[in-house]
Amino acid sequence: MISKIQKLLKTKQIKCCELTEKYLTEIKNKNNDLTAYVNVTSEMAIDQAMAVDEKIANGEDIDALDGIPMTLKDNISTKDVETTCCSNILKGYKPIYDASVWTKLKNGGSVLLGKANMDEFAMGSSCETSCFGGAKNPHNYNHVAGGSSGGVASAVGAGLAVYGLGSDTGGSIRQPASFCGLVGLKPTYGSVSRYGLIAYASSLDQIGPIASSVEDAAIVYDEIAFKDSMDSTCRGKSEDTVSHLNDSIDNLKIGIAGEYFESVDAEVNRSIKDALKVYENLGAKIVDISLPSIGYALPVYYIIACAEASSNLGRYDGIRYGFRADDYQGFHEMICKTRSEGFGEEVKRRILLGTYVLSSGYYDAYYKKAQSLRGSIVYGFNKAFENCDVILAPTVPMTAFKCGVTSKDPVKTYQTDICTVPVNIAGLPAVSIPCGFGKNDLPIGMQLIGPKFTESKLLCIANKFEQATDRCFFKQVEGGVNL
Amino acid sequence: MEYELVMGLETHIELSTNTKIFCSCTTEFGGEPNTHCCPICIGLPGTMPKLNREVVKYAIMVGLATNCDIAEIAKMDRKNYVYPDLPKAYQISEYDMPICEHGHIELSNGRKIGLTRIHIEEDAGKLIHDRGQTFIDYNRGGVPLIEIVSEPDFRSVEEAIEYLERLQLIVKYIGVSDCKMQEGSMRCDVNVSVRPVGVKEFGIRTEIKNMNSFTNISRAVKYEMQRQIDLIENGEKVVQETRRFDDVLGVTESMRGKEDAHDYRYFREPDLVTIKTTKEEINAIKDSLPELPDKRLARYIKDYGLSEVDARLIVKYKRVADFFELSTKGLKSYKSCSNLILSLIFSKLDSDSEKEEFNIKVTAEDMNELLNLLESGKITNNIAKRALEDMLNTGKNVKDILSDDDLKGLDENELKSICDQAVKSNPLAVKDYLAGKEKAVKALIGFVMKTTKGRADARTAEKFIIDMIKK
Repeated sequence: MISKIQKLLKTKQIKCCELTEKYLTEIKNKNNDLTAYVNVTSEMAIDQAMAVDEKIANGEDIDALDGIPMTLKDNISTKDVETTCCSNILKGYKPIYDASVWTKLKNGGSVLLGKANMDEFAMGSSCETSCFGGAKNPHNYNHVAGGSSGGVASAVGAGLAVYGLGSDTGGSIRQPASFCGLVGLKPTYGSVSRYGLIAYASSLDQIGPIASSVEDAAIVYDEIAFKDSMDSTCRGKSEDTVSHLNDSIDNLKIGIAGEYFESVDAEVNRSIKDALKVYENLGAKIVDISLPSIGYALPVYYIIACAEASSNLGRYDGIRYGFRADDYQGFHEMICKTRSEGFGEEVKRRILLGTYVLSSGYYDAYYKKAQSLRGSIVYGFNKAFENCDVILAPTVPMTAFKCGVTSKDPVKTYQTDICTVPVNIAGLPAVSIPCGFGKNDLPIGMQLIGPKFTESKLLCIANKFEQATDRCFFKQVEGGVNL
Repeated sequence: MEYELVMGLETHIELSTNTKIFCSCTTEFGGEPNTHCCPICIGLPGTMPKLNREVVKYAIMVGLATNCDIAEIAKMDRKNYVYPDLPKAYQISEYDMPICEHGHIELSNGRKIGLTRIHIEEDAGKLIHDRGQTFIDYNRGGVPLIEIVSEPDFRSVEEAIEYLERLQLIVKYIGVSDCKMQEGSMRCDVNVSVRPVGVKEFGIRTEIKNMNSFTNISRAVKYEMQRQIDLIENGEKVVQETRRFDDVLGVTESMRGKEDAHDYRYFREPDLVTIKTTKEEINAIKDSLPELPDKRLARYIKDYGLSEVDARLIVKYKRVADFFELSTKGLKSYKSCSNLILSLIFSKLDSDSEKEEFNIKVTAEDMNELLNLLESGKITNNIAKRALEDMLNTGKNVKDILSDDDLKGLDENELKSICDQAVKSNPLAVKDYLAGKEKAVKALIGFVMKTTKGRADARTAEKFIIDMIKK
């Protein structure tokens, strides 16, 4: 999609302004039903598009993502553009600086259509904890787009953006990509700068692309993965991925860990097994591996993520920016009321959980134990990769949830993250790609997991599947921009 | 019963790096509120800290100067608590892997005060209460601090004050902080407990927060010690708690009890990587350390022959000591320099802080020139004093002040003839002297000095005059 648009722009078959208008019109038509966008930045988009058109008219060379209309999850800071994390507590907050990834893309001529819906502070698996209401699944509006980067997936899946950047703390890129039949890349921890990404759980968060082809995801990843002095934990990518998309996959060994399939729906299971056959036909060897330590992944994830969140979200006190409660006496009450009124239920639940596991007297039993188990999970993956190049697993044990069901049982909802969280705990890269359809036309996704900084290999392997299956698992939905 | 004080100190010192600990804002004191700030130091959502390595270096310098072990691997942690001056609701500090540990500072009585640890952290902003409203100034937020934690090794307030003075001086000598208590760049929390003399176990301690002057530390500790003794004597118990000192009333009062103590929920700061410092880097820092005050003091006494009192007075102020070093370059005697500094120059600098600043109009090079003339006998002590006085007042250099006459010196015959003149033209004074009023000779010396414009050596003149009178 991206390279196609690039060609159209370069050969002047379409103007960037026209293209952008098309997207803005479609957004106007469909967003009321989808709630993919929470803030549409029409004027800014047109300005960006005009600048690109001028560049092209002047015969200047354009970058890979120049003029490509896209979206950003609403937790990625955009200067002068409201950035709310879909929380009431940040309503009205306009950052005074740009996130490093957005600085790069903006300077590269990207056209930001608007900010995308998400679960409040990226806490959720359905996008329904958003204070704006959840984003719908473009394949079936009775179902959710997934979460937490549901808005991005909804927008890209519905043809309301070419691609988008989300963030993945426990599956928040891969799960909605899987639910919406898209490609979602969760890069290696430390390959994409987090500077400007409003933190949920700092040791797990990572920005990555959601796109409608492996090639698009690769193009975007190559642009956003760079060493950034503003993020001490970020060292950029190890190599370009686009140029490796068509490398050979001879002697490829794909690991299958039974632990990933324990509570997976039959239709998902079937699709993954079919996908394995595709790889076998491409000459890959399937090896059985064992990852017993991922049995601890869920509790480890929820302890560490909530602990970090409880600290990261402490700053929302109503003093400097965002929402402040109306009626209070003194500092203490101001903070209490502001936070009680400003945060949603799920966010409060996680702040409480996190505060609890870090408290003296409980720290050793929870946080410390979780940290040591985190080490076991890392070790388990390292061991596994001695016997295989990549691990193939379902992205989510099921297809997209029906709207309105996840809020009823938080623990059950947490359990649906079982396949995605291990990767975050270990800091590994993983890409989710569509591999089938289940009942109600809902897409099914699978993920490929590799050792750290092997994005180019992962994307190459993913690309082979997309080519071998002739993109049959990508389904264009009605409406949206179609080029 | 007799009681003994057991006391420990936690000292916070602001480091004088050019920029803050996690961003590139200036650390300059003052400034319009909230003008030394950026998204990082006001903790805007999504920002991340970026460690200023200079802070690590400064902390290591202090650690090395106080005999600490330096950690090759350290890390930073979040200390979570809510207060309006702390914009992230956590302070980035070091919890269990500080940069320096196990040091000590030796006192003049020979006791070594143990340093448990030195760690780096960020300062918070400042609340300003005005006409019923509260304002926040974040300029100080993110200014680098070191916290120096001592063992409970002090047995008297005097020991604690001496320790603080020594620490302050060491830090000033290595140039990592100006350590101004009045500006808050050095502040202390004091832990106090008492126990009957001879008992080994520590008593229950209280902590007095945020002490900002030596006088107040002394007052607060003395008060708190007596308060605890009174409690024990009355059969009551000391409660472990945090207290504050009211410097108007001169009393300590409870701030919060043990049950209200903060649970800081420390955990590793995930936005920063491990702080690694190699042995080579540590050694390089060690080699770059300037001479420390104790060493300098010993040198002045032993090698320069200064009295301990004089040497201490000079070493006490880094700028004075540096001036002394430069001024005496190439000289054989150091005494005339220390005498001139301690008498003439210090008489112009009234307060401690003026001596500290040492803002004088004379450069060390000029002083050196003057002292050279004195040492080589080209000018007398009197002329040197007069010239220095002039130099201090006008900022002119030696050459412009000394006249040809001054430099000519005075031979013995010339002096004798002037003394002779003095005796002859002051018969009244001579008569007085002979009548037993020994002081009368001063008038005659005065005559000589006036006539020679100070070129005469007063003692020699006195000797000649008395000889002449007695003849």
